[in-house]
This record gives sequence, C-alpha cells and structure tokens, in this order.
Amino acid sequence: MPTLSHLQQLEAESIHIIREVVAECAHPVLLYSIGKDSSVLLRLAQKALHPAPIPFPLLHIDTGYKFKEMIEFRDRYTAELGVKLIVHTNTKAHAEGANPFAWGTQRCCGALKTTALLDGLREGGFDAAIGGARRDEERSRAKERVFSFRDARGQWDPRNQRPELWSLYNSRIHAGESLRVFPLSNWTELDIWHYIHAENIPIVPLYFAKRRPMLVRGDSLLPVEQPFVPRLPGEEPQYVRCRMRSLGCSPCTGAIRSDADTVPRIIEELITFRRSERQNRVIDHDQDGSMELKKQEGYF
Amino acid sequence: MSAATVLNAAEPVEAFLEQEKEKGLLRFTTAGSVDDGKSTLIGRLLYDSRSVYEDQLESVTKASVGRNAGAIDFSLLTDGLRAEREQGITIDVAYRYFATPRRKFIIADTPGHEQYTRNMVTGASTADLAIILVDARKGLLPQSRRHAYISSLLGLSQLVIAVNKMDLVDYDSRVFHAIEQDFRHFLGRFHSIDSYFVPISALRGDNVVTRSSNMRWFAGPSLLEYLETVPVGNRARTASFRFPVQRVVRPDQEFRGYAGTVVSGAVSKGEEVIVLPSGRQTRIVGIHTFDGDLETAQAGQAITLTLEEEIDISRGDMLALPDDLPHVADSIKATLVWLSEKPANLGGRYRLKHTTRQQWASIRRIDHRININTLDHESADALAMNEIGVVDIESARALMFDSYSTNRATGSFILIDEATNATVAAGLIAGAVSFESAAFDYPADVAWQMDAGKLILSLGGGADALGNPREPQTIHDPETLKALDSLLRRLGIAWKPNRKD
Ligand SMILES: Nc1nc2c(ncn2[C@@H]2O[C@H](COP(=O)(O)OP(=O)(O)OP(=O)(O)O)[C@@H](O)[C@H]2O)c(=O)[nH]1
Ligand SMILES: [Mg+2]
Repeated sequence: MPTLSHLQQLEAESIHIIREVVAECAHPVLLYSIGKDSSVLLRLAQKALHPAPIPFPLLHIDTGYKFKEMIEFRDRYTAELGVKLIVHTNTKAHAEGANPFAWGTQRCCGALKTTALLDGLREGGFDAAIGGARRDEERSRAKERVFSFRDARGQWDPRNQRPELWSLYNSRIHAGESLRVFPLSNWTELDIWHYIHAENIPIVPLYFAKRRPMLVRGDSLLPVEQPFVPRLPGEEPQYVRCRMRSLGCSPCTGAIRSDADTVPRIIEELITFRRSERQNRVIDHDQDGSMELKKQEGYF
Repeated sequence: MSAATVLNAAEPVEAFLEQEKEKGLLRFTTAGSVDDGKSTLIGRLLYDSRSVYEDQLESVTKASVGRNAGAIDFSLLTDGLRAEREQGITIDVAYRYFATPRRKFIIADTPGHEQYTRNMVTGASTADLAIILVDARKGLLPQSRRHAYISSLLGLSQLVIAVNKMDLVDYDSRVFHAIEQDFRHFLGRFHSIDSYFVPISALRGDNVVTRSSNMRWFAGPSLLEYLETVPVGNRARTASFRFPVQRVVRPDQEFRGYAGTVVSGAVSKGEEVIVLPSGRQTRIVGIHTFDGDLETAQAGQAITLTLEEEIDISRGDMLALPDDLPHVADSIKATLVWLSEKPANLGGRYRLKHTTRQQWASIRRIDHRININTLDHESADALAMNEIGVVDIESARALMFDSYSTNRATGSFILIDEATNATVAAGLIAGAVSFESAAFDYPADVAWQMDAGKLILSLGGGADALGNPREPQTIHDPETLKALDSLLRRLGIAWKPNRKD
C-alpha cells in the first residue's frame, strides 16, 4: 500500500479533529468566513461526518462590508449543501456609522468583527467554534493550539495555553467558557490551493483574475464597492485585471494584479510569490503584534 | 510553503503538483537551554531556504534595529508573541512550515527556559526528530540533558545535536569534539537513539543550509542536507491494527457505522475483528469514506467502518485483530511528565484521556522519580512541575493499550485536572501493573477462599466466630491476587496493596 501523501495526512488529521469536536462538545458551530479556507473546512466537515449530514450550524459574522460576490456565493453554496446558516451583524455599531475610515480600522474591526463574533457565539449558546485559521498565516497564529481555550469573556491567554500532546485534545471547559478549534492548523497556503484543485472545491469568483474597477494607488489596488472609500482629487476607478489573494471586507482588502483565472494558474502564481497573503490586508499591520492583541480580545 | 520553489515556465503545474504529492513529511522539534539559539536557527533555516516572505522579513528587519543580533534578528520570525519579543525569549511552542524540493517540514520551535519545559514536551510529542542545540561556549547544560532524555522518552527516533555559536569559539574543532564526547557519554546511558552531531553558527549560517568554509575540518552534511535525507520510519504502519472508535454514526435506521482513525496497522474488508473491552467478535463488512468505499485502510486514515453484527459499541471502544490484541487492564504502570504547578497528587482524581476514551483515574503509587541529570531513580511522594516519574494509575474502566515504546497512539494519555480542566500530565504507558512480585494483605473485614478455581469473597467475613478480627492474611499466588484486587476494586472496597518488591 502506498504511504499517505502529505495532503492525505493533513486531510485525515483535520477529519479527526472535527470528529473530536462533534463527539466531545455540546454545541459546536463552524465559523464560516466565505473564503478559500472556509470552503476547504466545509468540505472536510462533510467528509468527517459522512454519510450523516453536517450536524452543526455555520455562523457568518457579516460586517456589512463584505464583497457582494462573497454574499452571493455564501447564500448559494450553503443552500446547495443544505447546511444551516446563521448570519450575525453588529447592527448597533452599523447604525452608529462604524466604518474603517470614520472609526479607524482598529475600532471598526473591534466592533464589527470581535464584538459581533462574541455576541453571535453567546446568543447561539455555542461552546466550540470551529475556524479555518492556519498557523502559517501569521506569527501569533503559529503559537495557537488546535483546541484553543477561551475564558468566560471569550479571551485568549497566549502565555497560559494548555499543553497539547499527541492528538489527545483537551476539550473540557466550565459553563460559560468556550473553545476555538482549528482543524487547518497545519495546512499552508499552498496546501489549501492544492486541495481545492485536487478536490474541485467551489470558491468565490473574486479569487480569479478578471477586469475589475479599482482605485489605483502606486502598487495598491483598492476596490470601490463602498461609497465611503475616500477618493483623491480627480481620482476615478480604472479597470484592472486583478484578483484577491485573501478575502475580507472590501474597503480593507487590496487586490493584486494578476492573470491567474484558474486554480492551476493561481498555484503557479503562488509559488513565485515573494510576499505573504496577509500583506494586502490593512488591518493586520495597524500596530506591532496587532493580530495577537485582536486575538486576545476574542477576534477570530 | 517555500517561496523558493520556482516553477519552470514551461513546466505544467500538474507536474509540479505531482512532485509535491511525492514529497515526504518530516516533523521535527528544537530543544536545548535558554538562549542556545533555537529560534535563531529556525529563522535562519526559513530564510536561507527562502521560505520567508519579503514583508515578513521587512517587519523583523525593522524590529531588529537596536537589538544586538546582527542585521536581522532571525528569532523574531518565530517568536510570535509580544512578550517573547520584548524579553527576547521563547515562551510557547511555535509551529512553522517549510519545504525544499525534497521534503516538507513541520517544525515546532520550543522554549528552552526550564519553566516552560512542558511546552517542549508538547512540541516533541508529535515530532519524528529533535534538534538539540548546545551553546559551544557553555557545553552540556542540565537542560540539554533533560531535553535529550525527554526526546528519547517520547520515542523520537533521531536526535541531531547542533553545537551552536561556533563563531564565538573561533570555529575550533576541539570545542566541538569535546562537547560531542560529553554528549555521547550521556546518551549512552539511556535507550539507544540515533544521533548526528554538527557544528553550526545559526546567526551566521555556517553548516545550516550550506557547508561552512570556516569549518573545513568538519566533513559531514549541513544540517538541512541531513534533515532532507535522514530516513524516517513510520512505525505506526508496521504496528498492530488498532482502531479506537471515535463516534457512532447513525444517520438513519439503515446505516450504523463507527467513525475513527486507524491509528496503526491496516485492516481489510471481510476481516474478523474483536471489539474491546467486550471481547465480541465480528467481521468488517464495509470501509466507508466520503470519496467512496475502500478495500483496505491503513495507519493514518480517517474512515467509517460497518460491521456484520449489531453489537453494542460506543466511543472509546477499540477494534483489533483476533490474534493481535492490545492489553486490557485498569491498573497500569506509566511514566508521567508532570506539567502543572499543582503537584501530582497521590490518590487524587483526574480525568484520563487515552485514545478516544475519557474516564476517571487516580495515581495509586509513585514508584520513583527520575533525576534528569543523573538518570537515577529517587523515591518520591509527589511530582512537581516538569518532574518525571514512574507511577501506578488506576482507571475507573478498562484501558485497551500497548506500551508506548511499541505504539505511540495507544500507549499515550493525558491527565486533566478535575477542578481547573488544565492538562496536567503527559503519560506514557509501560504496561499493566504486575502482581507477580508483589504480595498483598487483604482487608480485615473481607474473607476469601478459592473453590474449584473460583474466588469466593465474603464481605464482613473478616471476623471469626467469636467476633475477633482475623489477622490479615498474605496472599502470594499472583493469579489469585490479580483476581482479588480487581474484584475488590470493582466493589469499591479500599484496600492497600502492600508490596514486597
Ligand atoms: N554569535 C552568535 N550568536 C547567536 C548564534 N545563535 C544565536 N545567537 C544569539 O543568541 C541569543 C539567543 O538566541 P535565540 O534564538 O533567541 O535563543 P533560543 O534558544 O531560541 O532561546 P529560548 O527560546 O528563549 O530558549 C540571541 O541574541 C541570538 O542572536 C550564533 O550562532 N552565534
Ligand atoms: Mg527561542
């Protein structure tokens, strides 16, 4: 028998993790962010629970500033799979005018993502949130456990994590506390794309190159979906052939110039990249260790 | 991923992906004393193998200004927490990923500080190989010994001893050879583990990726060359078939399957299996996955099995082949690495998680503590944080296990504190508690007798006809002892084993 390939090993490890959550946690939920990692996570959940349907709901924290194509994809794909989707938005902050330009990225993310997520989890009574974060994304994520403990306020204490040995995950919590579980911890960006290709997994069309209207500022391409994105005097959107490398809120996610309009072409592009996928996300760089700080407060 | 894996423009991506699929995977961990240069080494490996993106490099180059670590402080690439960067030490394990055209690597960069030994154990538990760093100026330190011992204990098959900071001792071969001799002497004292010694400078890159021109006296491969080519056996593949049931899957009346991962060995459709602990025998009728049914499943695969007979099976049960069963016992002897500030508590209750089974357990006896420096056995009645000891553990229900040295997956467990839910110990099973050399006094209010091979127990029978308590009687026959012990415990009768060994 041939040995398992690297991807087969990763797949099996993720399936094991998802099954542990379902076996040991009372009210799990899958945090669905519509991106490529979420698509892979959904496929792995299907595989883990087959031939039964996915028993837990999906929770999408909608900031209201996601790309239109993301929301269309979300609604179509989750309906196709027949999974239960919960959408939670911090409507109060929205009404108060939260947006990254008016509030600054830190405060905006805090309200529309972190607070919304914690509220969404509390309202649903969820004790375990399965997420698609990978350790190779960012150096504070590289520190996180697969079963990552959150206190009653949803906070992460990076200096006091439970030792996690072998594949013996500790899911025990007291009432009010919760877990974040990351089945994709050991996957790299290349593994994700390789798997999407091998498994033919549907992803949002924004990942593929197409001519799109963008504000062109030096090397940066800014999407113009939201009316509040400020323009420079006389600045008009131009049509540029480009794609998104990772998906977030449209005002804070830059596009990259690209001709890659198929998964193999994306992979081809990826292996020649010199810059990381989070590079085009404004919010990760707003201060030193900003991801760690956000995560401590409960950010996904 | 490796940003360096540049694709030949003419080569179709499919070919590249095929090659990707063929690559083996090596998981390794770093170890050694504080400031020996572990994080610097990992940063250097990532950098020299061109696995660091430019923006990540720019952010650490900016941060390195004003630190005395050369132009780039490579440790900043893996020390991902603010507290770590502020103090210049690693506090918790970081996992990093990189690939060369030959192999994919998952690295656990672990802390050297003694206070964080538990995080080193975490990193080592999933590794195939450990790189132990030794500061050339300091030689073998207690922490280097401790980590070498823990690596061997945790069943790593390979050790690389990297003598680092050779730049600070003028690349002197005598320094390297003296440390090598010292270390080999120490390694000779415990069970054999393959080792490779290499002199390096993590900071300057000597012998890390390419061979150093500063140490022409050293003929061996560079560290990365070694990591790319060292054979890693997959012991789980050749071990006995073990399938801990993870979940019972019942989507409808028609289907009743058992989901889980084959943790070792292989199994085929049609094979007879034994379900433990019930001991019932049945046959595998199907091996199911989302991608279709399989004829055979091997170690590492996550599958769902259907069986011929309707047997009562639940999470935590184990399937094995009839002629190749694991041990079944509720009293085990195990090595514990204690991970909590709250010391190990004799008689205290813990949640024990072993394979997919969670249950109550208690530490019945601390056989001895292992002195990490001398490897001597010391008597102890408690285990403090980071201490290692051999104990007897008694669990509420039977455990189906193999010794850790024959099977990592079925020989390992963790203990969880009842009150805090913290993971307090890593356990490595040696075997069932054996009664052969022990003698027990039975409790005075229990009388027993053997009748035609059956053990008959009368409670409250510890007094004679006049009501005088009987003298405790000593039992020497091991089989009787074993039966009596398990019977008394099942009845919840406390009794003290009184060993003669
Ligand atoms: N001269 C010299 N300095 C080195 C070398 N390797 C590491 N250092 C320095 O040694 C110090 C400690 O390095 P780290 O990589 O943080 O050590 P560590 O082993 O990861 O430390 P902990 O994780 O806290 O146990 C830093 O100042 C490094 O720049 C080397 O080869 N030569
Ligand atoms: Mg370090």
